[in-house]
Amino acid sequence: MGSESPDAPAASAETILQARQVTKRFGGLVAVRDINLDIPQGGIVSIIGPNGAGKTTFFNVVAGIIDPTAGTVAFKGTTLISRPRRVWLESVLWVVPALVVAIVALVLGAGGAGDDGLVVTTILVAVALVATLVVATIRPAWYTTFLSRLGVMRSARPNDVVSAGMGRTFQNIRLFQNMTALENILVGMHLQLESNMVDHFAASRRQQREEAAAAERARELLRLVGLRGRDDELAKNLPYGDQRRLELARALGNRPALLLLDEPTAGMNPNETAQMTALIGRLRTDLGVSVLLIEHDMRVVMGISDHILVMDHGELISEGTPDEVRRDPKVIEAYLGTGAS
Amino acid sequence: MAGSAVGVTASPNPLVALRRSGAGPYLFIAALTVVMYFVLGPRQFINALTIGAIYALVALGYTMVYGIIELINFAHGDVFMVGAFVSLFVLTNILGQTGSATSLEQIVFELTVTFALTMAAIGVLGVVIERFAYRPLRNAPRLAPLITAIGVSFILQNIIQIIYGPSPINTPQVIPPTARVDIGGISVGWINIFIIVTAVVLMIGLQLFVSRTKVGRAMRSTASDREAAALMGVDINRTIAITFLIGSALAGAAGVVQGLYLGNIDFSLGFQAGLKAFTAAVLGGIGNLTGAAFGGFFIGFVEVTCGNFGYFVWAQAAVFMILIITLVFRPAGLFGHQLGERA
Amino acid sequence: MSAQSAIPAPSHTKGPGMRAQVAAFSARHRSTSVLVGGSLVAVLLAFVVLVPPFSSFSPQNVWVDGFTNAGVYILLALGLNIVVGMSGLLDLGYAAFFAIGAYVYAFAASPFTGNDLPFWPMLFVGAGMAAMFGIMLGAPTLRLRGDYLAIVTLGFGEIVPITILNLSDYTEGPNGIGGISPPSIGDVPFPTTGNPWPYYVTMVGLIIISMILIYRLQESRLGRSWMAIREDELAASANGINTVTTKLLAFALGASTAGLAGVFLAAKLQTVTPNLFRFDVSFTVLAMVVLGGMGNIWGVAIGAFIVYEIQNVVLKQLNLFFDNVQVPILSDINFIEYQYLLFGVALVAMMLLRPEGLFPSQRRKRELHTEEDAEFGEMGDPMGAAPE
Repeated sequence: MGSESPDAPAASAETILQARQVTKRFGGLVAVRDINLDIPQGGIVSIIGPNGAGKTTFFNVVAGIIDPTAGTVAFKGTTLISRPRRVWLESVLWVVPALVVAIVALVLGAGGAGDDGLVVTTILVAVALVATLVVATIRPAWYTTFLSRLGVMRSARPNDVVSAGMGRTFQNIRLFQNMTALENILVGMHLQLESNMVDHFAASRRQQREEAAAAERARELLRLVGLRGRDDELAKNLPYGDQRRLELARALGNRPALLLLDEPTAGMNPNETAQMTALIGRLRTDLGVSVLLIEHDMRVVMGISDHILVMDHGELISEGTPDEVRRDPKVIEAYLGTGAS
Repeated sequence: MAGSAVGVTASPNPLVALRRSGAGPYLFIAALTVVMYFVLGPRQFINALTIGAIYALVALGYTMVYGIIELINFAHGDVFMVGAFVSLFVLTNILGQTGSATSLEQIVFELTVTFALTMAAIGVLGVVIERFAYRPLRNAPRLAPLITAIGVSFILQNIIQIIYGPSPINTPQVIPPTARVDIGGISVGWINIFIIVTAVVLMIGLQLFVSRTKVGRAMRSTASDREAAALMGVDINRTIAITFLIGSALAGAAGVVQGLYLGNIDFSLGFQAGLKAFTAAVLGGIGNLTGAAFGGFFIGFVEVTCGNFGYFVWAQAAVFMILIITLVFRPAGLFGHQLGERA
Repeated sequence: MSAQSAIPAPSHTKGPGMRAQVAAFSARHRSTSVLVGGSLVAVLLAFVVLVPPFSSFSPQNVWVDGFTNAGVYILLALGLNIVVGMSGLLDLGYAAFFAIGAYVYAFAASPFTGNDLPFWPMLFVGAGMAAMFGIMLGAPTLRLRGDYLAIVTLGFGEIVPITILNLSDYTEGPNGIGGISPPSIGDVPFPTTGNPWPYYVTMVGLIIISMILIYRLQESRLGRSWMAIREDELAASANGINTVTTKLLAFALGASTAGLAGVFLAAKLQTVTPNLFRFDVSFTVLAMVVLGGMGNIWGVAIGAFIVYEIQNVVLKQLNLFFDNVQVPILSDINFIEYQYLLFGVALVAMMLLRPEGLFPSQRRKRELHTEEDAEFGEMGDPMGAAPE
């Protein structure tokens, strides 16, 4: 750990997240510059810093919402996030199979076959185009491998990040307001369920069983975060603190190995904050979940973190254990201004 | 990789250097202009510039509104159409002009009055639409104002259709198409010169307004970050209303021009033109004024080129393909910035 | 939501008890209640028109034939509801898919091409072709913002009729393709004049089956994903939903329903022209979905029926009535001409005043709630707009 670390190769089994020199610039503004971060398995790491330090931007890069300008993020040893390259090439490639079909058809004499030839060619071209587009949408492994051979690198989307094993909550709560608490968690469990289109149309037994089991598990998650029995309440009707807890439960739906929590205790009173902090700690001990946290509340940060990163103006100004960071003059200066250290 | 600087380095690749310098779009346009001159010939080239001016004026309204409230104002094309009919009304019912004017004083007088009244009326129409159909829905989900916009579009079309009937109507061509001047051996219509000059003057005026005045600054800051602008004391409602006022007034001017140049109008004018003008705005970079202007001219060229080669009906399809290609390959348009974000 | 027949009572006159019980029952036995409810409505409609004043407007044959035509629009509205209502994607060119289905059957079963393929399998083929076009259009554009999707679909909705109109060699252009074969069972073709019942029963069957399937989708994991995307697309993505694939599915399924309706239309009218598929059709279907309550499947079906009847019966009757009665001003108005104006006003009014539609989607669990939730359930809506 530390910003001087060399550009390490793939992570060891114990480091679950590795960010290397993550940088994001918006036009002329560098929001995040050269951030390095290692999160050990089962660890709780916090990022703190004044407002506008770039914490949420960094979070959004890790979560796949924003593409980085430079740097990489690797999760469980695989690089997920990196600067996109040659994305335009993919769009161009979509046309290729259809063109090939058209050319082959012309060569085979469709041009001379009059109207029928034209119709058949058009149909074949259309089918080729649709097939290509379907493949491009589904993105099977061979497709992405082929693209990366051509130098086309696409950074992970939020749903790819989730399927890799990360879950997140948002700074401004983003629950599905008009859905019930239970339904919110069921959405969170989306990738755990396997029913397919046939099951949907047939309303099959398999789907019914799966949904019933899912509802059971969702209720367990509600119990875990302290919202037992509130299944059928609309998310927008829940009190603020409960909404935050619901969002946490939803993030747990996909059995993540790493949770990204953006200011989980914002707006809570001390009692609720203490409960939330204890809950986060329990996630680590009971579920083995690693946590990356953005927080402003120092009691939470100091109380629960194994490791703290301090950011200001997009850069890392300090890191270490809570004690180390608390005493670092640079940190004091950043928070309280010069002259206070 | 330790020690390598992030961001700007001396790049050996000339293409990348070109892209970074920002000159790319301008070169593209310059090259295109030269090519089009030779493809179309001088007469159609002038024609394309004129038609393009109309689209540019309408595109400006689309791009301004989208820049500030991120809404495609579907009713904007129909606002343009209403402008054409208002100018018809002004000319025939108020000024009593049904054909071409006969003296320079008459032309100046009639055009001034028509432009002034039409632009004012349509500007007000735009403000009213915003106030009653869009403002109440500013915090509603995205779908709501889009649907209202469609509703307003249909309301406008049908009101005009009820008043004027479904068939095209002839409009007075105040500057007679026969009045021409010889420039370098080419016969150019005064009407073309008038339209192109007027459009350019309006566009420059708009650019100056947006960059130099306090209101213009308010518009830019609201478009860039509404909350911050509000915190700085900008009156958001008023700023948005002014945006609609100006955008609609420009569309009104375009409506006058449409009547003057093409000589007939009908109620579906806005619907047809709206799609093309919006494509122009997207092509140029949505939210970007220069882009909308150039986009408008580009679309004018596409349309005239299609017509020139006898494929007029395919102009719509060509414009649609341009829209798709732009959105898929370069959603930021010619002059916009690439964001790296996704919903 | 209500499984009652065509005229639902305003909720404040019936207590939550009765309505909740009906809703809960129908939620548990969805397919049965759609089957039974739909059949009842179909039978009821057929007999109601034998009673004055309806019997004085037209004979039963004409009424039933009109209901079949309304059915086409009901199917269209059900399909567009998947896209706009359930997933929150604004498709302004829906009529294009309708046209594709119709012309596919026209190519399959008319003297123009010389083919004579049977109707029933062509329903699937037409739906499939429309879905293919949905994928071709959607795959590159669904990753864009909602506004852009709207304009792209608008453009597509323009291009398709224009293309059909101008490729005269292949489509007979403005005159359209005529002589299309009606459906047949075995060797017996449907009667094309006089006897409206075979078409009517077929349409009722198509509607019931579609509604059952669409309900099943809505109540499945896919339906939940659609709702999540509609509520908050970013949050949906952040929970593992592949928003592009999910939206594409909605789009393709919606398109296929329009294709289905198109095949039926071609088989019923025996002629297709590009005129039948212009923007006013897309607009009308959108108005039906909005008025009927976006996301609410029964609501949309009922809304579509009501709007169609207004368009085709009520306005005509108003014209006749005022012609006879000679009220000043009102007599001079040709109501049919004004209908799109009325729709425009209705759309704007709905969005401003009651975005949840005339028959709001009371989500099944809400009626089982406490008072407080019942109150919120009334005013809250699938669009999340502030309560009135």
